[in-house]
Amino acid sequence: MSGVVLPAIASPRQRWLRRYGLASLGAAIILAWALLAIFAPWVSPFDANFVDVANRLKPPSWVHWMGTDALGRDVASRVIHGARVSLAVGFVVVAIGGLFGTLLGAIAAYARGWVEEALMRLTDLVFCFPPIILAMAIAAALGIGTVNTVIAMLVVWWPKFARLARSLVITQRSMEYVEAAQSVGFGPAHILVRQILPNAVGPLVVLLTLDVGNAILVFAGLSFLGLGVVPPTAEWGAMVAEGRELVQQWWVATFPGLAILTVVMGFNFMGDGFRDWLDPHARTR
Amino acid sequence: MPAPADRPPAAPILSVRDLRTWFLTDAGPVRAVDGVSFDVHPGETLGIVGESGSGKSVCAKSIMRLLDAPARIVGGAIHFRGRDLARLDEEAIRAVRGREIAMVFQDPMTSLNPVLRIARQLVEAMTAHGRFTPAAARTRAIDLLRRMGVAAPERAVGSYPHQYSGGMRQRVMLAMGFSNEPALLIADEPTTALDVTIQAQILDLLRGLNRDMGTAVILISHDLGVIANVCSRVLVMYAGEVVEEGAPEDLLTDPRHPYTWALLHAAPRIDAEAEDRRLVTIEGQPPDPRTWPEGCRFRARCPFAVDKCAEHPQLLPAGEGRATRCWVTQAGGALHTPARPAPLPAVPRPEAAPGPLLQVTGLQKHFVLPNDGYFGQPRVLRAVDDVDLTVSRGETVGLVGESGCGKSTLARLVTRLHQPTAGRIVFDGTDIGSATQAQIRPLRRRMQMIFQDPYASLNPRDRVGEILAGPLRLHGIVDGEAAARQRVAELLDLVGLPVQSARRFPHEFSGGQRQRISIARALSVGPDFVVADEPVSALDVNIQAQIINLMVDLQERLGLTYLFIAHDLAVVRHVCDRIVVLYLGRVMEVGRAADLFARPQHPYTRTLISAAPVPDPRIERTRRHVPMLGEPPSPLNPPSGCRFRTRCPIAEARCAAEVPPLQDIGGGQFAACHFPGKF
Repeated sequence: MSGVVLPAIASPRQRWLRRYGLASLGAAIILAWALLAIFAPWVSPFDANFVDVANRLKPPSWVHWMGTDALGRDVASRVIHGARVSLAVGFVVVAIGGLFGTLLGAIAAYARGWVEEALMRLTDLVFCFPPIILAMAIAAALGIGTVNTVIAMLVVWWPKFARLARSLVITQRSMEYVEAAQSVGFGPAHILVRQILPNAVGPLVVLLTLDVGNAILVFAGLSFLGLGVVPPTAEWGAMVAEGRELVQQWWVATFPGLAILTVVMGFNFMGDGFRDWLDPHARTR
Repeated sequence: MPAPADRPPAAPILSVRDLRTWFLTDAGPVRAVDGVSFDVHPGETLGIVGESGSGKSVCAKSIMRLLDAPARIVGGAIHFRGRDLARLDEEAIRAVRGREIAMVFQDPMTSLNPVLRIARQLVEAMTAHGRFTPAAARTRAIDLLRRMGVAAPERAVGSYPHQYSGGMRQRVMLAMGFSNEPALLIADEPTTALDVTIQAQILDLLRGLNRDMGTAVILISHDLGVIANVCSRVLVMYAGEVVEEGAPEDLLTDPRHPYTWALLHAAPRIDAEAEDRRLVTIEGQPPDPRTWPEGCRFRARCPFAVDKCAEHPQLLPAGEGRATRCWVTQAGGALHTPARPAPLPAVPRPEAAPGPLLQVTGLQKHFVLPNDGYFGQPRVLRAVDDVDLTVSRGETVGLVGESGCGKSTLARLVTRLHQPTAGRIVFDGTDIGSATQAQIRPLRRRMQMIFQDPYASLNPRDRVGEILAGPLRLHGIVDGEAAARQRVAELLDLVGLPVQSARRFPHEFSGGQRQRISIARALSVGPDFVVADEPVSALDVNIQAQIINLMVDLQERLGLTYLFIAHDLAVVRHVCDRIVVLYLGRVMEVGRAADLFARPQHPYTRTLISAAPVPDPRIERTRRHVPMLGEPPSPLNPPSGCRFRTRCPIAEARCAAEVPPLQDIGGGQFAACHFPGKF
């Protein structure tokens, strides 16, 4: 074209990096942590619960490359083992809470009437309490332990999915394709599960992904307060709590803290990537 | 030919030269506007027509420099009063926007800020350019609204946009546009979202403003009728270029570009007697703006193409005040009157059993709205109020009316997507008015629906094959997957889509193709009654003609009965045997299509017909225009007696007291008016 100067067009590689670079980094971090968690007994240099009081509070060295804690346990091994608890709790809470909340919200939106009222007022009721405080109260009432803490978290976890799912289903149910399915003769269960939910799933996936990091953070917080795992189980929040007073021995709290940071960041990057991928406006760029 | 005296004498105020606005996407440039040149003279009304994607809106936004990345003006110049708008910096262009060039957009619902009062928005538009003090601007705002035909403007300025109807908001937008006395107003599809009677009012207003204030107007529309009504010169755009230019009298009666010719013949005319229901269409889709074809861009679809068309033609003069971008007509060739596609060999239609297929009596649908305040009475919206309707086998009944008249609700009542409040719906001898969904399910095989929005009516997550096979499996029409695939292939073939479409997703198709899929889905279960709710109103005129032809073909081949809902009178007249006119949930008039248009008995029918524009300025001048008064009343609080009386030119005291019954005028025509035919 004569006299028209165009800016350089990004190569496919550049475009891919611009769009999915951070998301891939996030996925890589999560994958790395997941592998570490699965193979923890084989990759960790020491037994996570091996007490060696003679070697307590040693700074990072070639042998203990994250140092040792107040009982002489290897911090690196404990961080690796801690990934097992944290990732498992994160996934379980979000999967069960997400599924339960989504179903409740979808049913509320599709049924309308008193069913919707009842379900959504129940949701509001849970929303009335600060989630961490409520989870703490429930966990404390149930007794300390990983399973009990997970149950406590589930109680406060599902409402946000119920709200999101309800609003998504309400948007979709007024679309003409839903009327088309009705006029063809499909029943309500088919329409909700086969027609509406697949179209509502995008934002839910984004929230689910972002939320795993969030769940890990809350669980670490509860553990930090002594409500999560039963000692001596290795868990990041509990480890940070143990290192809290040891200002000189910075490594005891710092490394589990970094572990929490990287996992949460990884999930956030991945969630952002999903959101961009699902957003048609971002896709054309 | 326009007399020389009509010609604007002065130099053009706007002169666009070889404008190129491209969308610089990562996948390569989308050449939306690709070498457009035109002039606008002071006080002139220039129309730009073209189908969606032809570049007409991008062209307008380029002039205002309202382009968002990745759109960019990559070439050409926009000369306006001694400046090149394409090269002004941000600050300088802001001084032009609103002050010297104003713009009115299509959607009056979103172009006003919903949280600010009308007064504030108008005043800000005026004080922004420092020409008025706030107090003076407020007085002027009231004057302007009065000029725009807003009733009680002193009170209206204190309202919020949501308290206004679409037509009223468009008047406010026009007031805002004219508030700084711009030299040029660009109106981008200003009436497309409005009802036909309101459209006529707004176009009338626009003409008057142009005449009284001397403001030049660029009117962008897809509707040749609208353009013919207002403009003194017309540009036709196709594939990012101007393909023809001329006065509407010439261009619309003797087009010199095959695309203009095709546009003109594809649109059904409200003033034409149609013997055959098929419309003239051109094949195919507009080309991909990433890779415009070499040579003439219309060549692949052009019925007149010659070898020379492999070269790209220039826009060259073709007679006085006219120009065209076509080798054939530049060489003196003529564009013949189209041969309508031959009707299919007369298929012996299955002799329709006597008696109506659908009989609706006293049908009502009332929606109860939330209370207006805690102690308020629950408000009742009477969407459909005491409607009788008969549809005989094999006929097409049209349902027309403005938005809010209840036509879509009626469609959903007869297909029982909604539960009627009262009344009987007898479908082929079975009363389905109060049946449960489970009882109706077997009948759904015989009664199907086609929807308006081809982008919303197909589930985006399902492949086309699944969309079509689902109903087959549900009703147990086919045995096994192989038979389902076979039937899906047959259905796709029936609606003129390739068999491979089954594996693709809806978003891979254009609007017209999606509407074909929607029709295939409706036909999958083998219905004999199809309710089509505005099936062509979201489509470009050529695609609309293709879909109408398809529906007519299918009716002949399959012996279908249609209930056809539309707001476009020309389409309804073209397609339907009988027409039912609705107003605020009630039937105003029923009659055979030809009779109803030739001798409308109800004043509402009469005004509706007269408000619909005809794409021929000469006919348009001879038509008698009946101004429709005011806005439709709220269906929450309909007028007593005859519902049309508040806007009726012949209403008397009796109309407020008595509800006129639907009375037989003779010849199968019925009108709900105390004085039928008087008007």
